[in-house]
Amino acid sequence: MTLKDKRSADIEIILSKYPTKRSAVMPLLYLAQEEYGYCSDEAIREVADLTALDPTEVKSVVGFYTMFFEEKTGQYVIEVCDDLPCALKGADAFVHHCERKLGVRAGQTTPDGKFTLRTVMCIAACDRAPVAQVNREYRYSLTPDGFDKMVDELKGTV
Amino acid sequence: MEKHVLLRDLDIPNIRELDIYQANDGYAAWRKAVGGMKPEGGMKPEGGMKPEEVMGVVKDAGLRGRGGAGFPAGLKWSFLPKDMFPKYVVVNGDESEAGTFKDHQLVENNPHQVIEGVALCSYAVQASTAYIYLRGEFYEPAKTLQKALDDAYAAGLLGKNIFGTNYSLDIHVHLGAGAYICGEETALLESLEGKLGQPRLRPPFPAVQGLYAKPTVINNVETLANVPPIVLNGAKWYRQFGTEKSPGTKIFCVSGRVNKPGNFELPLGQYTIRQLIEMAGGTIDGRPVKGILPAGSSAPILPASALDTKLDYESVQAAGSILGSASFVILDDTVDIVWAARKMVRFFKHESCGKCTPCREGTYWALRVYDKIVSGHGTTRDIDMLVDVANGMANKCFCLLGEFATSPVLSTIKHFRPEYEQFIREHNDGKSGDYQDELIRDHAIAVLSEVTLGMPH
Repeated sequence: MTLKDKRSADIEIILSKYPTKRSAVMPLLYLAQEEYGYCSDEAIREVADLTALDPTEVKSVVGFYTMFFEEKTGQYVIEVCDDLPCALKGADAFVHHCERKLGVRAGQTTPDGKFTLRTVMCIAACDRAPVAQVNREYRYSLTPDGFDKMVDELKGTV
Repeated sequence: MEKHVLLRDLDIPNIRELDIYQANDGYAAWRKAVGGMKPEGGMKPEGGMKPEEVMGVVKDAGLRGRGGAGFPAGLKWSFLPKDMFPKYVVVNGDESEAGTFKDHQLVENNPHQVIEGVALCSYAVQASTAYIYLRGEFYEPAKTLQKALDDAYAAGLLGKNIFGTNYSLDIHVHLGAGAYICGEETALLESLEGKLGQPRLRPPFPAVQGLYAKPTVINNVETLANVPPIVLNGAKWYRQFGTEKSPGTKIFCVSGRVNKPGNFELPLGQYTIRQLIEMAGGTIDGRPVKGILPAGSSAPILPASALDTKLDYESVQAAGSILGSASFVILDDTVDIVWAARKMVRFFKHESCGKCTPCREGTYWALRVYDKIVSGHGTTRDIDMLVDVANGMANKCFCLLGEFATSPVLSTIKHFRPEYEQFIREHNDGKSGDYQDELIRDHAIAVLSEVTLGMPH
């Protein structure tokens, strides 16, 4: 099944918002990423087809923006901010804790394919630092214990 | 403030819901402007304001852009050629300056006021399509905003022939995907057109050739959230807040080493930085303030001697920095300035779009020098090297990102040079245990960017 088969209604809505097909490239990449988990070559070709672009042009968009993944990620992508405002509230030590809990370094995926840990630049929630996003959903005012609990819940072991 | 103009969610619970917003003057300005049939009925369109009247009241109010530049909003709108269609309104909700989280609160907790502001701006310039560009990480706030838009459409506030008039308006939400540069207005337009977010050469300015090469207004979320109360209550009412040159209220984001970080909406020019920090619960453990970043990483740092600076565009500028988006990051005496400067430079290196050489190379080399110092291999000559690199960028970059990137370097060295010297003396052991973990982590991520100078693998 292609993206077109699976998400035709969503694709229609997205394309209807813009006077050019090209403007739909980012929303369609998000859609593809939801379906395939990352922007695979196949996903890129399909988006290129939908937007009447060359696959190379779509690939360059994927490469430019940090939220499009060029490789398979874990089921949960945990993105912890370690930019200055969060770091002033202990984000570096917090990231270190996350790495120990998950047994991987930032930028890596756990061997079971469950979690990808990444560090990110400021995500506009500095009033509730340290802050992270799990699959683009905010997790505010994190503590080491809170992080452990969250990971255990996502693992399904709690 | 007794009653908030923007952060009304602090006064009125659940104002994000359409009925509650409407029960509190919501969309009253919109009805006043567009005219047309009253909600209680009546067959013929009536009343309303001319588009230029809406523009006029915003001009008279002296509303200045809240995204950073502080350019008068009404004046910006008036630059659009009258007889060229279609026109577009694009809302900048990219909010990626480190320490900024005001638009986040506005969109999430008071979305209808944002929508009403966008609608009024669109009406004033006679655009029939508007795009609200939110940073990709605002996936959840975008859902809240989309629901608010759906409700507004269902209530006949947006869409075709609004209030029975011949004015129609569509507002769409568009998500970015993680690129600070897209907060630069022309890069944002490129991104919205489905291209890489890299800034355009100006002129032509967006007012003449913006989105899809059509006349376009680009305003920040907070700027437009000011418009409904201005149109409803008038310019004179708005000018009771703030100063002659900086009228109105502004949201100040406070983060860093304070007890109660958050957004504080205050009249411009009435309070000082010291008072703002007090509102944010004071510094942690009451430690002395070492430095203040008035607009995140982009603003030159101010030393503690600037604590009594008034909070308006002119005063902060006179003190040697910029008010910008008013995202105050507070550093106390526990913070290592060299470490903080490195964090900021790392940010700009990460976010440089790569279009122009001074920024792309300058941020790269500045970070390498910081890594050398922080990893314990620095010499005092490296301080001059940093100044050299920054001077090699200043006034030579294609857009402000590269210019901003020189701020953390030059301003921290200007005010805290002895700390750099001390840091280098104390850490010049080739080990620098304090920051090793961070450096290795950044290095692992940037592996990639070969930032290996003097660092163990």
